[in-house]
Amino acid sequence: MSEHIVTKKQYGFVFVTLMVLTLVTTYAGMKDLGPLNVVVALAIAVIKASLVVLFFMHVYWSTKLNKIVVVSGIAWLGLLLWLTVSDFATRGWLPFPGK
Amino acid sequence: MANHGLALRHQFDDVAQQKEASTFGMWLFLATEVLFFGGMFLCYTIYRRWYPVAFGMGSNHLSLMLGAVSTAVLICSSYFMACSVNSAATGKKNALVGYLAMTIVLAIAFLAIEMSEWHMLYSEGLMPGFNFTYHEMDPRHVQLFFGLYFSMTGLHASHVTIGIILLTVMAVRAYRGAFTPDYHTPIEVSGLYWHFVDLVWIFLFPLYYLIARHLQ
Amino acid sequence: MITAIAPTRDNYLTHEYGIKSWLFTQDHKRIALLYLGAISFFFFLGGVFATIIRLELLTPPGDLVSAQTYNKLFSLHGIFMIFLFMIPSIPATLGNFLVPMMIGCKDLAFPKLNLLSWYIFMAGGALVMYAMLVGGVDTGWTFYTPFSTSYANTYVILTATGIFITGFSSILTGLNFIVTIHRMRAPGLTWFRLPLFIWSMYATSVIQVLGTPVIAVTLLLVAVERGFHIGIFDPNLGGDPVLFQHLFWFYSHPAVYIMVLPGMGVISEVISVYSRKKVFGYKFVAFSSVAIAVLSFLVWGHHMFVSSQSVYASLVFSFLSFLVAVPSAIKVFNWTATLYKGSISYDTPMLYAFGFIGLFTIGGLTGTFLATLGFDVHVTDTYFVVAHFHYIMVGGTMMAYLGGLHYWWPKITGRMYPEGWAKLSALVVFLGFNLTFFPQFIMGYLGMPRRYHAYPPEFQIYHVLSTAGASVLAVGYVIPAIYFIWSMRYGKFAPDNPWGATGLEWQTTSPPPPENFEITPVVGYDAYDYSILEEMKVG
Repeated sequence: MSEHIVTKKQYGFVFVTLMVLTLVTTYAGMKDLGPLNVVVALAIAVIKASLVVLFFMHVYWSTKLNKIVVVSGIAWLGLLLWLTVSDFATRGWLPFPGK
Repeated sequence: MANHGLALRHQFDDVAQQKEASTFGMWLFLATEVLFFGGMFLCYTIYRRWYPVAFGMGSNHLSLMLGAVSTAVLICSSYFMACSVNSAATGKKNALVGYLAMTIVLAIAFLAIEMSEWHMLYSEGLMPGFNFTYHEMDPRHVQLFFGLYFSMTGLHASHVTIGIILLTVMAVRAYRGAFTPDYHTPIEVSGLYWHFVDLVWIFLFPLYYLIARHLQ
Repeated sequence: MITAIAPTRDNYLTHEYGIKSWLFTQDHKRIALLYLGAISFFFFLGGVFATIIRLELLTPPGDLVSAQTYNKLFSLHGIFMIFLFMIPSIPATLGNFLVPMMIGCKDLAFPKLNLLSWYIFMAGGALVMYAMLVGGVDTGWTFYTPFSTSYANTYVILTATGIFITGFSSILTGLNFIVTIHRMRAPGLTWFRLPLFIWSMYATSVIQVLGTPVIAVTLLLVAVERGFHIGIFDPNLGGDPVLFQHLFWFYSHPAVYIMVLPGMGVISEVISVYSRKKVFGYKFVAFSSVAIAVLSFLVWGHHMFVSSQSVYASLVFSFLSFLVAVPSAIKVFNWTATLYKGSISYDTPMLYAFGFIGLFTIGGLTGTFLATLGFDVHVTDTYFVVAHFHYIMVGGTMMAYLGGLHYWWPKITGRMYPEGWAKLSALVVFLGFNLTFFPQFIMGYLGMPRRYHAYPPEFQIYHVLSTAGASVLAVGYVIPAIYFIWSMRYGKFAPDNPWGATGLEWQTTSPPPPENFEITPVVGYDAYDYSILEEMKVG
């Protein structure tokens, strides 16, 4: 298996981007964007996370199997969140108590 | 290719298989960690939807500066961790030990910042279970915010601590010359763990520190 | 006639002696036996709790034990049986022993981690035992809030911590199996040449890895809530008890598939060997294991139909629960098709397999009844549910476990068990099981609630039948315990392949050498290809 060596310079680019994004998210958090505050904050967090996963954790260059593991972990969490929130979000749809 | 007899375990055919297995194993473990923290993220999601005002007020009591600085500290530590992997892969032993040491120092700094934040909250009476008092609105929902805050940052801090121990062991082994360009899988795998710890904080920071900040 | 002489070559049992060689072993085969001893002990304790429960239920008034003691009994019965016996059972014993052998490698990917898993399991088990000895818990194995977090005055945190610890054992074992199966198969052993037991173990391991962390964090939150009263599960503090239930069942439903999938894997192996036929629809059976693993995570809300979960969510979970029955049904059809025109032998493992197919089918069908919203409202929290899950776990998994133990006993110990006693025990287990649990379907339907120690007199006849059955069942379990131990000293020596099975584990000695194979096997044939055995004899 060939060893792909990521240079410190490449890591450096990612590092700077992450720091910039941290400043951006902090600044955006101090503004009033209404319901968009959460969306912007999470979007930036997802971008930062993707950079860490792809480049610091080498997933960009890794085997398909490792990529599947990453996606599965996230997907399963998504499943837990989605189905549970869908219970909470659909309560009270029917006009009798407790449902 | 050099086959480090001491490093190759008997159940593997060759070093490449061992490295792939170790990396794969660590990724599987990290998937379990996603779900482990995920359960708490679920609780957060449910209660933030239910009590947006209380969560906003709770968030405003956290120090935005300390939170942002913690985030920056962890990102730096991740950068140094990545550089240590690079040093191991290019055979630069002193750089490897140095970068690992810097990662550890920043990790300790992170914990120090966190503990000071916790202490501040404790002395303001905002630590549930320790004379929690809140007067500006119904304290129960704000207590829920802080309960989740301490649970999640506490769980995260325990992972940081484990990371510090792990990286110290790695640094000692590196100092003793255990790693070469052909064999440095433990460094890579420890790096994966450390980056994961950073990932969790990347989500914790906006979710806890950036709610309704415009009101402050 | 099967005869063999005493093994003269070094095998994994004779390789080293002394307690340290067992407690510090990294050999997956020895670790399997360490688990076997531990889980047998926990099974016995779980059985003791069941015995007292069934004795109490012989008469309508709650006269044998107090109400709280009864609550502790069924809680501990569930906790010991599920977390300390069923979840580890087949994976940690048969799985640990067989996975490396079936794929032709020397050991699991991470042998030291495997040993650590056992120590973690023992630590968790010890903590649960300690909690039991100082007073136990009365919350049910389900730890529903806010009772467990705010009102119970029993050792909730201690017990929860013990279970939390054993969860890591489960995760690490699953992780080990997944890496091993992906990365360490012998040359030529492609995915679709693997024995179906491996497919089942793989699917089980995926569930263990993805599901167990959630129960871990849930139990952690119960402890935090109980200690600090932050309010996450307490309605008085703004929390929602149903949130606990979502988190709890997200794991605990897939957990039942952790319990049954390995059993299904055993059945695939056993049915094939004793029909001298390859399993019908190999790919369907293999994919059905994976389908079960995935679908099992989509149905947890069916435990919460009456818990004030929204109707919309209940509808979705009900529909998905019907869907998850399909892959299980595919397996049952394929096993039956395997039997068709097969050359059937009625050895003990096959008897257990027959029992499994029949009883699992009943258990599974009653599961679909429970998935039906209207019916579930009527029978939820009654003995109907108790009968349903015992049909699957005892009528299903326990039968498969016993069948598997018998089937691989010659390989594991190098000895044969006494066939006459074994067949008799299988029959006793089958009869005892049905006498114990069938009446429970009836009384549940008629309204007998679960977890009650006192009940109206009209249910007594069913309880008496059930307790009588339980005593017969107990005998059926005790006899194998005795003859298995007996056989290790006095049993006939077993040949390498007493059943004429395919599968790499049978191509090495009984018991196997420490590194499993003298030379790494190379595989050029499908699983269950009985014709190659003839070629091997000739060659």
